[in-house]
Amino acid sequence: MNPYVLDLITASPEVLVLAMGCLILILDLFVKDPSHTSTFVLTMLTLVGAAILTLFTSTGEVVYAFNGLYVDDLMGDLLKLVLYLTAIVTLFYARPYILQRPDLRRGEFYVLMLFATLGMMVMISANHLLTIYLGIELLSLSVYALVAMNRDSVASTEAAMKYFVLGALASGLLLYGMSMIYGATGTLSIPEISDALVANASNPTILIFGLVFIVSGLAFKLGVVPFHMWVPDVYQGAPTAITMLIGGAPKLAAFAITMRLLVSGLLLLAPDWQGMLLILAVLSLAIGNLAAIPQTNIKRMLAYSTISHMGFVLLGIVVGVVGGDARFALNAYSSSMFYVVSYVMMSVAAFGVIILLSRAGFEADRIDDFKGLNKRSPWFAAVMMMIMFSMAGVPFFIGFFAKFSILQAVVASGQIGLAIYAVLMSLIGAFYYLRIVKVMYFDEPIDESPIVAPMDMRVLLSINGLAIALFGLFPQTIMSLCAFSLLRSL
Amino acid sequence: MEFKLILFYVLSAILVGSSLGVITSRNPVNAAMFLVLSFFTAGAVWMLAQAEFLAIVLILVYVGAVMVLFLFVVMMLDINFDRLRQGFWSYLPLGALIGILMILEMSIVLGGQYFQVLDTPLPPELANSSNTKDLGLLLYTQYTYPDQVAAAILLVAIIAAIILTYRGRKDTKRQVIADQVAVKAADRLRVVKMDAVKPQPAVTAAPESEAGDGAAK
Repeated sequence: MNPYVLDLITASPEVLVLAMGCLILILDLFVKDPSHTSTFVLTMLTLVGAAILTLFTSTGEVVYAFNGLYVDDLMGDLLKLVLYLTAIVTLFYARPYILQRPDLRRGEFYVLMLFATLGMMVMISANHLLTIYLGIELLSLSVYALVAMNRDSVASTEAAMKYFVLGALASGLLLYGMSMIYGATGTLSIPEISDALVANASNPTILIFGLVFIVSGLAFKLGVVPFHMWVPDVYQGAPTAITMLIGGAPKLAAFAITMRLLVSGLLLLAPDWQGMLLILAVLSLAIGNLAAIPQTNIKRMLAYSTISHMGFVLLGIVVGVVGGDARFALNAYSSSMFYVVSYVMMSVAAFGVIILLSRAGFEADRIDDFKGLNKRSPWFAAVMMMIMFSMAGVPFFIGFFAKFSILQAVVASGQIGLAIYAVLMSLIGAFYYLRIVKVMYFDEPIDESPIVAPMDMRVLLSINGLAIALFGLFPQTIMSLCAFSLLRSL
Repeated sequence: MEFKLILFYVLSAILVGSSLGVITSRNPVNAAMFLVLSFFTAGAVWMLAQAEFLAIVLILVYVGAVMVLFLFVVMMLDINFDRLRQGFWSYLPLGALIGILMILEMSIVLGGQYFQVLDTPLPPELANSSNTKDLGLLLYTQYTYPDQVAAAILLVAIIAAIILTYRGRKDTKRQVIADQVAVKAADRLRVVKMDAVKPQPAVTAAPESEAGDGAAK
C-alpha cells in the first residue's frame, strides 16, 4: 500500500477530527435552531468516532508516521482516550451553561472545542519539535478565542488578553529553546536528538541553554510557579465552561509533551532538568497551597489548587532517574501519569458543580454561593464533598492514591525530606478544600433558589463523582493501565 | 554576466532612491508608494540572486497584503502627520545608534573574509536547483503533517477573528415574507373605542361647543 495512505490510517483520529471540524463549521451555517443541538450531537459523534479509531488503530507497538513526525504509542493512545472522554464530559457540562448565555451560544463554540481537541491530539502524538510547537499553537489559539468569546464581559476580555500575551511569550521561550537544541544537535526529531546526545557530539553549553528555555516554556504551559501568574486570572475571568476546558484536558497534553521532550528526547540531560523541575515543583506546592487559602472566589481557589497539583505531577517526573539509575523510572513516571488523569477527573467534576449552581446572570463562583448547599441539594453537596475530599487527598478517594503513588516514588528515590515537605503542603492544602465542605454543610444558605439543570448533566455529574470514589477503591485499574502503556512506549 | 551586473546596479540605485523617498517624502501616501517600489526592487534583486521564492513571497505578502492594509489605514484615518513628526530630533540619537549597529552587522557579514566569518560557498548540486520547487517538495512530502496542522491553525485564526468581531447588523431592514403573510389585522390596526361626544370641560364657554363637536375625531 502507498506509505502515505498507511500514515493517514495511523493518524486517522486526527484526520477524522480535522475533517469533521471543517464539516461542522460549514453545516452549522445552515442550522436555524438557536440551541445548535445538531452541531452539539455531531461534535459528540466526532469525539466518539475518534475514540473508536484510536482503539482500532492502536497496535500496542510504537508506530511512526509521516517520516517520523508523528508517533502512535500506547501512552499516546491512553492519554488520547482520556482526552476524548474529558472533552465529551466537558461539552455535556458546558452545554446548559452556554445555552443561558447568548454570546457563547453559537456553533463556533463546538468547532473551536474540536480544534482545541485536535491541537491536544497533535501534542500527544508529537515526535518532532515542530509538531509539538504546532500542536501547542493550535490548542492555544482555539482557547484564546474561547476565553474571549464572552465579548461584553470586561473580565473575560482581560483574561483573554493576559492569556494571549503570556501564552505568546511562553511559545517564544519554547521556540527559542528548540532553536538552541537544534543548533546543538542538528536535528528537530526527538529520537534523533536522543541519539545525538548519546553520540555526545553536541556543545553542552548550548544544550543547557536551550534546556532552560524549554523547561520555562513547559512550565508556562503547565502553569507552575514562577510561571503561574496567568492561571488565577484566566481561571477567574474566563466563562466557567471555558475554565473547565482550560483546567482539564490541556494538562494531559502538557504532560505528554513534557514526557516526550524531557524523557524521550533529553533523558541524558536528566541531572540538569531534574534540578530545574525540582525548584518548580517545590515552589508550586508552597505557593499554590498557601495562596489558595485567602481566596473568596472558588474558580480562583481551584486555579491555585491546580498549581499545587501540577507541582505534584512534576515531583513524579523529577524522581524518575536517580544518579543514572533508572530502576524506579517507570514507577515514577506512571504515578505522574496517574496523577494527571485523576486530577483531570476531579477538576472537570469541580467545575461541573459550579456550572450546576450557576444560571443566567449568576455565576456561582464565590465560595459564599456554596453556603448551605446540603439544604438545597443533599446529593450534589455530597458529590462536591467527594471531589473536595479527593483533591485534598483524604484516603480512599482517587486523589489520595494519586498523591500516595507520587510520594511512594519520591521515597523510593531516597528523598525522604522532599516527601515530608509534600505531605506538609498537602496538609495545608486540605484546609481550603475542607472549608468548602464546612460551608456546604454547616452554614445557612444565602441563595434558596432551586437547582435547575438538565437530567443528562445531573446523571453525568453523579457518575463523575461516583467514579472519583469508586476508582479510589480500585486505583489499580488505572494505575496498571498507566504503567503498562508507559512500559510499552518508553 | 555583464548584463546581470548592470541590472544589479540599476535595481540597487532604484532601491536606494526609493528607500530615501520613503523617509523624506512629506505625504504619507507617497511614502507608502515609495515603500511599495522599494519592495518590488528588492524582490527583483533577490530574483537576481536566484532566491525566487523569497522574491515572490516578498511581493505577494508585503506588497499584496501588508502595504495595501497600510495604505488603507493611512488613507482612512485622519492622522495629523505634522504632530507625528514632532520630536524628530529627540529620537535622532537612538535612531542613529540603531543605524550604525545595522551598518556594523552588515559589514561583518559582507566582509566575512576580513572578520574570519566562514564564507561557505553554495554546494554545487544546489547551484542550479529551483528553491521554490525544493521547498514545495519538502512541504508536500516530508512535512505534509505539520503543513496540514499549520493550515488548521490558520483556519482557527479566521474563525476566531470572525466570532470576536462580527456581531451581525442590527439596522438591516429586510423583508421576512413568512411574517408578512402570517400577519393578522389585530397586529396592524388597533381599534380604539371613544365617546362620540365629549363632556364639556367646565372652564370653556358655551358658544364654542358646536365647533368643538365638529373637531372631535
